[in-house]
Amino acid sequence: MTTGTGDLARLEEEALAELEAAGDEAALERWRAAWLGRQDGRVTVLLRGIREVAPGQRAAYGAAVNALKETLEGRLEERRGALRRAALERLAREGAVDVTLPGRPQALGRLHPITRTLRDCLDAFRAMGFRVAEGPEVEWDRYNFDAARIPEDHPARDMWDTIWVNTLIDGKRRMLLRTHTTPNQIRVMERTPRPPVRVVVPGKCYRQEATDATHEWMLTQIEGLAVDEGVRMSDLKGVLYEWARAMFGFDRRIIFHHSYFPFVEPGVEMAIDCFICRGDGRDCHTCHGTGWIEILGAGMVHPEIIDNAGYDSSRVTGFAFGIGVERVAMLRWGIEDIRHFYSNDLRFLGQF
Amino acid sequence: MKISLNWLREYVDVRLPIEELARRITDAVAEVEGWRVIGEMWDPALVRVAKVVAVDPHPNADRLRLATVDTGTGTVQVVCGAPNLAVGQTVAFASEGARLFDGHTGELTTLRLRPIRGVESAGMVLSERELGLSDEHEGILVLPEGTPVGVPLADVLGDVILEVSTWANRADLLGMVGFAREVAALTGGVLREPSRSFSASGPDVNGLVSVSIEAPDLCRRFTASVIEGLRVGPSPAWMQERLRKAGMRPINNVVDITNYVMLETGQPLHAFDYDLVRGKRIVARRARPGERLVTLDGVEREFDGEMLLICDGEGPVGVAGVMGGGNSEVNEGTTRVLLEVANFRAGSIRRTSTLLKLRTEASLRFEKGLGAEMAMYAQQRALHLFETVCGGRIASGIVDVYPGREPPRTIVLEAGRIAQVLGVEVPVEDVRRILGDLGFLVHYVPPAKYSVQVPSWRPDVEIPDDLVEEVGRIYGYERLPATMLRGTLPPPEVNPVMSVRERLRDLAVALGFQEVITYTLTTREKLALVTDPLDAVRRNPLGVVNPVAAQHAYLRTSLRASVLETYATNRRQAEGALRLFEIGFEYLPVEGDLPIERPVLCAVLGGSREGRWHVGGGDALDFFDAKGAVEAMLDALGVTGTFVAAEEYGLLPGHTAKFGAGGEMVGVVGQVHPETAAAFDIDEPVFLFEVWAEDLVRHLPERPPYQPLSRYPAVRMDVAVVVDAGVSAGRVLELARSHRSQGVTTRAELFDEYRGPGVPEGKKSLALRLWFRADDRTLTDDEALKVRQGLLARLAREFGAELRG
Repeated sequence: MTTGTGDLARLEEEALAELEAAGDEAALERWRAAWLGRQDGRVTVLLRGIREVAPGQRAAYGAAVNALKETLEGRLEERRGALRRAALERLAREGAVDVTLPGRPQALGRLHPITRTLRDCLDAFRAMGFRVAEGPEVEWDRYNFDAARIPEDHPARDMWDTIWVNTLIDGKRRMLLRTHTTPNQIRVMERTPRPPVRVVVPGKCYRQEATDATHEWMLTQIEGLAVDEGVRMSDLKGVLYEWARAMFGFDRRIIFHHSYFPFVEPGVEMAIDCFICRGDGRDCHTCHGTGWIEILGAGMVHPEIIDNAGYDSSRVTGFAFGIGVERVAMLRWGIEDIRHFYSNDLRFLGQF
Repeated sequence: MKISLNWLREYVDVRLPIEELARRITDAVAEVEGWRVIGEMWDPALVRVAKVVAVDPHPNADRLRLATVDTGTGTVQVVCGAPNLAVGQTVAFASEGARLFDGHTGELTTLRLRPIRGVESAGMVLSERELGLSDEHEGILVLPEGTPVGVPLADVLGDVILEVSTWANRADLLGMVGFAREVAALTGGVLREPSRSFSASGPDVNGLVSVSIEAPDLCRRFTASVIEGLRVGPSPAWMQERLRKAGMRPINNVVDITNYVMLETGQPLHAFDYDLVRGKRIVARRARPGERLVTLDGVEREFDGEMLLICDGEGPVGVAGVMGGGNSEVNEGTTRVLLEVANFRAGSIRRTSTLLKLRTEASLRFEKGLGAEMAMYAQQRALHLFETVCGGRIASGIVDVYPGREPPRTIVLEAGRIAQVLGVEVPVEDVRRILGDLGFLVHYVPPAKYSVQVPSWRPDVEIPDDLVEEVGRIYGYERLPATMLRGTLPPPEVNPVMSVRERLRDLAVALGFQEVITYTLTTREKLALVTDPLDAVRRNPLGVVNPVAAQHAYLRTSLRASVLETYATNRRQAEGALRLFEIGFEYLPVEGDLPIERPVLCAVLGGSREGRWHVGGGDALDFFDAKGAVEAMLDALGVTGTFVAAEEYGLLPGHTAKFGAGGEMVGVVGQVHPETAAAFDIDEPVFLFEVWAEDLVRHLPERPPYQPLSRYPAVRMDVAVVVDAGVSAGRVLELARSHRSQGVTTRAELFDEYRGPGVPEGKKSLALRLWFRADDRTLTDDEALKVRQGLLARLAREFGAELRG
């Protein structure tokens, strides 16, 4: 039996027509087995039949059948690719999801806004070489007041309304909930035999006062202290300037006002320019039209405190500052009521 | 303190606009909290000065009268109800359309004229309240005699009142003169001090009164004078106006002069009715314990032995520096006045006023530390006013007992100190000008020293750095450059507990927990819900003497109560899973010392897990969610935790474990006992865990226990073993994980626990997935099977485990 080239052309036509009719992967597989199957695919059989071809025509016959085989194999791959693309197109078109449906809920935790603000502040000071230390919240009155040059019977005590602890040790030592982080100035210098000192001390403080939108009896402060030969008030300005820009934007400006705290001399209050109204809002609720927002108290450590630490105040100077973290957080996010922080309503906490 | 700009101008020229003045004062002197412009709303055409020329009865009303007033452009008739209306008065007069405050409601209105009881009124004679000056509405405002008629009221009465908050160490700023001195120094103005001249025409004062000080440590100076021939009556209108603007009520000429001079100088004064002073003798002495006096406010007060009293020949007539006694008060019949101007130790006055709960204008000034020289200054100023304003005859001489006299203080300021402290060089001429303007006597001692004599009214200036501040604030802190710290870095502060706390905080957040921060003060009752009755420390928290509220009276010895409370309040408005945590201190009392502040992470979780949708769906969180969070945290910290069943107060037995690291317990995890939960108004299963940071920190690896990755694949096999139901899965897993044989390590995870058909009663099946791996070769199946066989043999030996068929 021989097969002429005309027969091969008809076969090819027949095979391709069947291939075109195969609509899915299974039909393609059936087609492949029927035409190209190893055992009895029709093209395989043709190839095997070469032995029966006259020797003189074998080469031509073999070439023609192989050409047919390659054509069919090529068309099979094309057909496969086309079917796959068509299936993906259907998936994209007919199987489209409503992308506006909500995503699957995930458990997401968040830091408390005070923690976030505290950390951002500490990071800014760390970048300027400050170490982070801590001190006790329940404190001796000596550290909180006397050592900070706030003697009993001095009106400066009115600046800090105190919550007292109900124990009296040896009939004279009184405990209180620290009213500020200032006692850590004394504590840090006490345990540092020789300057330099460069620390920030974060922690909770307490005030015996009624709460309202801007007053809270439990608050968070950061005490800053740098003591060494050559520490100047201009350094205080530089450090706080850097911090203010880290917290409130690179284009912030700062200003010092004269102020009074018994443990510093000179004493100042620092204000930043109002980044809400940018200085031209007469009705601005943030700066009350002054263009400046009072933000913290600071000053040069009183020489008596330097001397009491065992340093020589004629050579060693220092600066200190105290930052109210709640105030910074309120300014940062425009929070209107300080009481939100410790009422822990998730509707509030979930916004930061 | 309220500063009237008009009054201030008597002592110093003020040319700056108010905004600029306020800013400069805030920068360098004291905080200007705000200001009020008086007369801002008085239309110059409609609110003017008028004179009452006639008063007639109203034909139809007894309580109303008809006033004929000269408005400067003619006379008009108005209806007026004020009882103090009289012919000859100069008054404030408003025409139709003027903006005023309603005398009854206090609201801003526009004047509309209409007939009153049948008589037309051409305008209105005004009270202080209608002008917005004060709440006074009993009668009309009477202006000083000689006020020009017809001029706009704003021109004669308009003013700006600055509200200034001063410092605890600056008594001198509580006087107009002291304040004006600062303004002069700030603006380059010249201070004009008020007149203190008078002619002493009366008898020798020493024949009229004697003064002795028995407590010179509390009373540093006592001056006394006597004024005769007085008639008590109203003080002049200008003085009343200034007192009112300063926030004080005019009383009578004698009292008003003492208040006026106090506002002017900062030095409190006290006037006694001389004829009520018994024995014509004044003694400043400590009170006898239990001694009493009715003070001017009508309250009987009792004193202790450290309080200073002013006494006459028979007993107390005043509480020194705080308030006078009612028994010697100036009254309508007073004709002779004994004027006390004294100086007391600041701390003593503060102590007395604090203990008596009696803060007065006088005590607020004394407690800030007044210079003793100011006593004589104020005495002379008051006598000037008594003579010129009341026509009093001044006894000749002033009694002056002055045991506390001190020489003027001189401070040597090294010029280099200014730059050392401020970081900027201030030129010599600026230093001299600034200190000179503030009243210091400055001698520059070349090459580099200032010898500075401190004025008597500045006892707060004690050391060179106090002078540096004076120079710095007036020179202007805006002239300081912003520089960066120099020198060597300080040694590190090592605080591993703080580091682990912050890592735990981040891990909790990463695991889906919301951080909360709760109040550290709570109640004993709440602490009792979550602490063991046998725990003597936690059941006896430190209390505070003066809590802000009863629910914040004790320092918490456990975080559990406040975190559970927070859970409950949030549960009321949120469905679904709640996962909260706090990192804070337990305050554990220590005998005779500060409490231990023990850092603890306390987390609470419950509710239904997140499902497909944001509402509903998932199954309830359970013990293993809590434990899983703990395991994840420990794993992230490189710690292998071991869990053992435990009992803990407030947690449900059988659902509670403690966990340890390195043989020490570092925390607890469990289901909150439903009864405890109910006490916090939580009616669903809720789970809690604590991590004790201080204990954990001792078992933290310095760095993660790193293992190089094996280049060879692991062989994975699943086995199920049947053990007694009582065998703890954790121990089975622990054994499997520890199994090694001929360089082969085992990783094991549990993937099922099963009881039921196919497993005998009292037994359970544990399904384990095992991975065997060698570091140096690819394991063959045979090798892996051998290791598995060894492991099964050990499980059989240790736990009686049988391979499930």
